Amino acid sequence: MTDHPAKAPRPQGHPAPTRRGVHDKLNQLAEVHDNGFRPERTLRLRVEFVRQLRRRRTQLTVIVLLALPVIIALAFQVSSSSGSSGAAREGASGGGRSAPALVTLATTGATNFTLFTEFASAGFLLVVIVALFCGDTVASEASWSSLRYLLAIPVPRARLLRQKLTVALSLSFGANLLLPTWAYLIGGAFFGWAPGQSPLGGTFTTGVGLQRLLVVVCYVSAQSLLVAALAFLLSVLTDAPLGAVGGATMLVVVSNILDSITALDPYRQFLPTHFQYSWLDALGQSIVWDDMMRGTGLVLIYSAMFFALAWWRFQEKDILS
Amino acid sequence: MAAAAAALLVAAGVAVAAVVTSGPTIRSTSQFVAGTPEAGATVGLDTTVYFPATTSAPAVLLAHGFGGSKTDLDSEARSLAEHGYVVLAYTARGFGRSGGLIHLDAPSYEVADAGMLISYLATLPQVVKDAPGDPRVGVAGSSYGGGLALLLAANDKRVDAVGADITWNDLSQALFPNAAGGQPGVFKKLWAGELFASASGRKGGACVRFAPQLCAAYQQAASTGEPDASILSLLKASSPAGVLSRITAPTLLTQGEQDSLFPLAQAGANATGIAANSTPVKVIWRSGGHDGGTSTSDLVQYLQGWFDPVLFHRGRADASFDVTVPGSGISAATGRTVSQSLQVDRGYSNGLLQRVGVFGPPQTVYAPAGGSPAAVTSVPGLGGLLSTAATATGSPNLTAIPGQAAMFASQPLPASLLVAGSSTATLRVTAHEATDATLFASIHHVATDGTDTLPAGLVAPIRLTGLTPGEARTVTVTLPGVVRNLPAGDRLVLVVATTDLAYQLPSQPRSYTIAMAGSTVDVATIDGRIIRAGQPWIWLLTGLAAMAILILGALVAAVRRGRRRRRTVLADLSGVPVAMEGLVKEYGDGYRAVNDVSFRVERGQVVGLLGPNGAGKTTTLRVLMGLIRPTSGTVRVFGELVEAGAPVLSRIGAFIEGPGLLPHLSGRENLRLFWAATGQPSQDAEFDTALEIAGLGESVDRRVKTFSHGMRQRLAIAQAMLGLPEVLVLDEPTNGLDPLQIAEMREVLRRYAATGRTVVISSHLLAEVEQTCSHVVVMHNGKLVAAGSVAEIAGAGGVQLVVKNPQQAQEILAAAGVDSQTVPARRSLEDIFIQMVGADE
Repeated sequence: MTDHPAKAPRPQGHPAPTRRGVHDKLNQLAEVHDNGFRPERTLRLRVEFVRQLRRRRTQLTVIVLLALPVIIALAFQVSSSSGSSGAAREGASGGGRSAPALVTLATTGATNFTLFTEFASAGFLLVVIVALFCGDTVASEASWSSLRYLLAIPVPRARLLRQKLTVALSLSFGANLLLPTWAYLIGGAFFGWAPGQSPLGGTFTTGVGLQRLLVVVCYVSAQSLLVAALAFLLSVLTDAPLGAVGGATMLVVVSNILDSITALDPYRQFLPTHFQYSWLDALGQSIVWDDMMRGTGLVLIYSAMFFALAWWRFQEKDILS
Repeated sequence: MAAAAAALLVAAGVAVAAVVTSGPTIRSTSQFVAGTPEAGATVGLDTTVYFPATTSAPAVLLAHGFGGSKTDLDSEARSLAEHGYVVLAYTARGFGRSGGLIHLDAPSYEVADAGMLISYLATLPQVVKDAPGDPRVGVAGSSYGGGLALLLAANDKRVDAVGADITWNDLSQALFPNAAGGQPGVFKKLWAGELFASASGRKGGACVRFAPQLCAAYQQAASTGEPDASILSLLKASSPAGVLSRITAPTLLTQGEQDSLFPLAQAGANATGIAANSTPVKVIWRSGGHDGGTSTSDLVQYLQGWFDPVLFHRGRADASFDVTVPGSGISAATGRTVSQSLQVDRGYSNGLLQRVGVFGPPQTVYAPAGGSPAAVTSVPGLGGLLSTAATATGSPNLTAIPGQAAMFASQPLPASLLVAGSSTATLRVTAHEATDATLFASIHHVATDGTDTLPAGLVAPIRLTGLTPGEARTVTVTLPGVVRNLPAGDRLVLVVATTDLAYQLPSQPRSYTIAMAGSTVDVATIDGRIIRAGQPWIWLLTGLAAMAILILGALVAAVRRGRRRRRTVLADLSGVPVAMEGLVKEYGDGYRAVNDVSFRVERGQVVGLLGPNGAGKTTTLRVLMGLIRPTSGTVRVFGELVEAGAPVLSRIGAFIEGPGLLPHLSGRENLRLFWAATGQPSQDAEFDTALEIAGLGESVDRRVKTFSHGMRQRLAIAQAMLGLPEVLVLDEPTNGLDPLQIAEMREVLRRYAATGRTVVISSHLLAEVEQTCSHVVVMHNGKLVAAGSVAEIAGAGGVQLVVKNPQQAQEILAAAGVDSQTVPARRSLEDIFIQMVGADE
């Protein structure tokens, strides 16, 4: 080897001694024996987790998720110390006519701060993050050309998708859990641990408040299954990670735009994101499950369709990347 | 991707446009229709008829509110016409371009006019008739128009359905309300003045288009604040209260929750009166009212829901009692609190009461001289805005002025309480100076943080007469009908005040002592369920079923694939590393990348797949690795059919078309993770051998991102050799390597094959194949041109004698009787290759 390993090695005159060593090793090789290959051991979850967790984008996502509640908390603190307490008073009046009800309550304590953070991020940030985890997973392998080497191991195609999806969904749900948990801690640190207040009036005990938060987080996670399925399908269809992530995000945005056109009734309720915010029904005096049931059902139907398409397509697909 | 996105956007846009503009075009005609003559002159009523796309159809007669005209009804009329009704909107007499004077929905004028309009509808061929001269018609209107609808239904049997919105039951009660019951109460002066002004074209005291006796009676009452007999009889004639029993048409009563002119109780009285006669009635308490905005589309929807079953015989009438509960939900779209509807299936009633204790000592309150300052609760046209503004800006609460209001507060509510309707409370009132009392009772909502709101800005005026100063009188007060959800922990406060800006107040200073008799408020509530159409369970079950089908399908597919694989092993080929039979790969565009290629690779061989760029070498190798599916033909590795994920592929190490490494990991981590992904024990990996073959030195611990092309190439080849597989497939392995490295590679491959393993390489470089390989497969344009050992192909199997002078040799041979001919010398594979490949060109 050369004395500058950073550059391409340039042996001078004679083959490097290490290569001689290879030749000797090869000469001493044993006969081939059964390699004990088991398809069900390929690409185990631990391996795929390492592959994904070591990526810069995973680490960046975690940083964003950790920073967001702090930024929101700081923003609230700055705005409240600059003396405009009008919004908070108005919200407390129970009317909340001119500002989203959750904003005005955000600084009352950990529970409400968490609710507001969920409300602020469920519409876009969490969508993008879930789309990133699930849309990038196969497409990035294709773009690195490593997909064909995984398939040549061979990792059975259905298994590859299953393992990748399991890890991507775990990361997505991890993000869905990390954000509110961290927001709760940050909210508590900044604004105290006062029990949650319903935007519809009334106060929850800490226990009930946590229960409601759990319902909210579960529902938001269930809703993100749709984005996950869509992004995963696109990830299988395209070799460009950006196409899969961006495409899924864009379709969600289009669905949201269509959902805001009331003239589309009664077809709007079949838009995949129509029940995205139905977890707000969990914030009243009693939980109203109707729309959450609808939303979950709708998302399950769409997701099943997208997953089926992804699996079918990947089985048939010629890997040309 | 971008094209697909654009197409999707366009499709979505078109779909939206189609839905939004899909309404049929509505034809309308305007004409004057003769009404009841007045003062010897004919009176023309300004009308517009809207025709739906298909006739004949039932008709709807639409009447406007006080001070308005038919143009106010245009959008409502169009919506109804689009829904299929013939709609007649008209301007009532005394307003707009219609003639005549205002008689306040008097039976002999306005009501008679409407009857004539029904007769006019009967003449239109587009309108369905129940009998000659009797069109099938519903009549609807808001406020003044709603009053007309009820009065018309009572007077004209041809009316088939009624929709009365935010209207009155008894005008004298509406304008002189008295929550203590009995005689006419406190004059609602702001509203009365506002209405009079709106009808008189803002011309102050002039009567303008008011009928003279009505005008005189009003002005008398407004001056004194006391109703006299003449105005009471006029108001009685204009009120449905006395004629409700004559209404037989199914009636829809919608009343606004923000309405200080005609509060909810007015609709309640109408509903009770009509239902007493077994006529179907539906009551809806909607948001808005005279103090709040109203959406036309909501009104149209209510009307259609009620009229369609009666007039079209479409669907079933739903006579449930619907209550809009403000602030009971959060909008998913905006995050703001919104109203939700509660439904009481058994229909309207105001019966359910819940007793809530309120406490406070007897309190003395003062009425200021001249009635000023006065509490501000609602202002006509502004509604409850003022009280909202007060709480929003943090200024003192205007709805109750200290010293003027007695307050009796409840304990924090143990459970949330929905106040819906008119609650009642019993008070003990002692007047100290006068023999009469004017008071205003209301229920306030005090939140846990002390914020005090007056629901809908409504108060109930109390007027007591014939009191003995200093002596208490017990009165039961009907509190204003409101709908408000009080969360648990909040308080309910009964407030009794001496002033309210909207009402006529006594001008002498007064003081009263107010005490609770019984310390309770009977809070009206309802027991309904939130209106949500359909069965939410079905959605959830369908979703779960879809997921179950997906998982089941995946399992079935996996089992079937495994079964098929077990059938595809050929025992007699189990010793042959690679056997291809008639391999064809045609891409979607019809291009045949590989066309009928068959060859075998035996153990210990180093086989070169040779051909120019585009010969189909890489495609062949991709099929070999199960990455692409052949159009026809088979590839077997050790006798097993190759397809995606065939386990036998684990016996092949591959490097195909460039490296595929994870750029964010180091070279070493790449190899370790790749091997970990195979699931085989790490001691089988032979990392050291592989790393030495890669020959990257210390660079192997740098991120692959920073590698040069050659370094990646070598790392990828090392990756292919991990675990020293039985078959090594390398696609153009020497690209990007320098000559020394190529020489090294050549040696490595030769020794590798010497262990009994097999190497397949592809190359477009002849010299390389000739020097490295024992066997060669030549491909061109997807076809197999030649296959065999390098010696066979290069030497065509025979021994050659090379002579220096061919001509001389030929002569010698000819002399010896041997025929001969000259051919170009075949020195190398290169010549063969050029000959074979060149033949096609």
